[in-house]
Amino acid sequence: MSSSVDTQARGFLTSLSDTLWRKPGLLVFLLILPPALWLGIIYLGSLFALLAQSFFSIDEFTGIIQYELTFKTYAELFRPSNFDIIIRTVVMSAAVTIAAAIIGFPVAYYAARYARGKWKALFYLGVMMPLWSSYLVKVYSWKLILAKEGILNWLFETLHLGWLLNAYLSIPIIGGNSLSVSATGTFLVFLYVWLPFMILPVQAALERVPQSMLEASGDLGAHPAQTFRHVLLPLALPGVIAGSIFTFSLTLGDYIIPQIVGSSRRFIGQAVYAYQGTAGNIPLAAAFAVVPILLMAVYLWIAKRQGAFDAL
Amino acid sequence: MHSDRAPLGLKLAAAFGLAFMHLPILLIFVYAFTTEDKSYQWPPPGFTLKWFAVTWERPDVWEAMQLSLKVASISTVIALVLGTLCAAAVSRTRFFGREVISLLVILPIALPGIITGISLRSAFNLADIPFSFWTIVLGHATFCVVVVYNNAVARFRRVSGSLIEASMDLGANSFQTFRYIILPNISTALLAGGMLAFALSFDEVIVTTFTAGQQQTLPIWMLEELVRPRERPVTNVVAMVVVLVTFLPILGAYYLTRGTDTVAGQGK
Repeated sequence: MSSSVDTQARGFLTSLSDTLWRKPGLLVFLLILPPALWLGIIYLGSLFALLAQSFFSIDEFTGIIQYELTFKTYAELFRPSNFDIIIRTVVMSAAVTIAAAIIGFPVAYYAARYARGKWKALFYLGVMMPLWSSYLVKVYSWKLILAKEGILNWLFETLHLGWLLNAYLSIPIIGGNSLSVSATGTFLVFLYVWLPFMILPVQAALERVPQSMLEASGDLGAHPAQTFRHVLLPLALPGVIAGSIFTFSLTLGDYIIPQIVGSSRRFIGQAVYAYQGTAGNIPLAAAFAVVPILLMAVYLWIAKRQGAFDAL
Repeated sequence: MHSDRAPLGLKLAAAFGLAFMHLPILLIFVYAFTTEDKSYQWPPPGFTLKWFAVTWERPDVWEAMQLSLKVASISTVIALVLGTLCAAAVSRTRFFGREVISLLVILPIALPGIITGISLRSAFNLADIPFSFWTIVLGHATFCVVVVYNNAVARFRRVSGSLIEASMDLGANSFQTFRYIILPNISTALLAGGMLAFALSFDEVIVTTFTAGQQQTLPIWMLEELVRPRERPVTNVVAMVVVLVTFLPILGAYYLTRGTDTVAGQGK
């Protein structure tokens, strides 16, 4: 009795699997359905809900959201105080991206060209560990470093260079009362937290450059610096652009770092957070959130034309 | 002229880059033992183990830790199922909308976290869903799918189709083939992807601030302490523990996928 139930069950499974084998389209459909539903409903649904809200506006007197289609909220973005926030964020993102490329390139270059065996693994983990360690702990460590009584000030004092630091801090815009409340501090933390995201794609791009190409350049009489400038750099550029997608996008949307280390001047992320939270102005928050999406869309379009996606 | 030895300048620059990435984290380990409890004084006036005992006694730290572990476990399981299904479909065949699907998977992590967060929050508000443990899981699972997917898709490409056909020729049905042929071949990639998803969820703060109600995950607890410090030494100790806890899955994922063409974790 039990054996017949068993064969029946097996018979059903076999015929089901036969059907799936004969109709691969059905199999793919069944495989893709759960993830597509999850991402489509939860993620895309939410994203569209957000975008829709940016076309509503808020009544300035009552503070009630008016559900009528309007571009009024987008016009608010161009008010000087709001537009400053956008400019400041874009400048910061660009600065972080450039600095990450400059500091990250030698690490990636050494790891791709010279590190072998054990050193290769060490370099790899040396980039992966900071990439994956806790974001908040990384930010916290910089709060310790940049504090007035912290290690960086101590270092400057011990080297009798305190005057240099004070002179630097007295520069407007990038300076401030101490490093932990200055734009420079914010910049350093951004750079630190996103640097590994630059190194990995650059390293991947450099590893694909064949050694023989560099040797050919040398054989044809190029100085190592010329080889670097005219052969290696153009071939590594897609990797740099791929890395810059990460550093740029991540800086654009972050609101925690400038909140913990930085001056009172706000960034896009902070504006979004403040408008949706205490201010309750969801339409303006949504409109602010559209800015990084648009900027990234343009950036990705340029990156794609430069062939950056092959280096990802 | 192009020898196998790196120029000194390059060595120094590479060493500087690595030092810049590692010294700040090491500093956390020193501060966890400091006797100073009012400021971030350097050099530390003395060293003590006292704060480990104090942290051990704190119920709020334990609750936050438990919630984080629970959220990360459930999100990882959901991400494993969805990511594997997606990878299986995308790697097997070319079908209409294939590019759209792979873009859809990557989008939650490609767009800034604040956008994912605020979208989910406004959707929950519109749908009148109260914030709970499950709203946190919903957000976390969504962006964890991509890490599992990345690992699984790379491995699926290397599972040869002839193995699967041989299994079918020998009379196994699709389910048996999956159980005895495909699963053993992809298991280490899934384990690695799962570990990375766990680490990602355990550490996530930006999306969580939007999708959590009153509950505090460990990162939310830390953020609270960073913005309004109450007991700094306890924060130091928790920070050190978090570093150690996230190290293990990363090392594990690295050793599991070593030697394959794509190593886990490259696209966080």
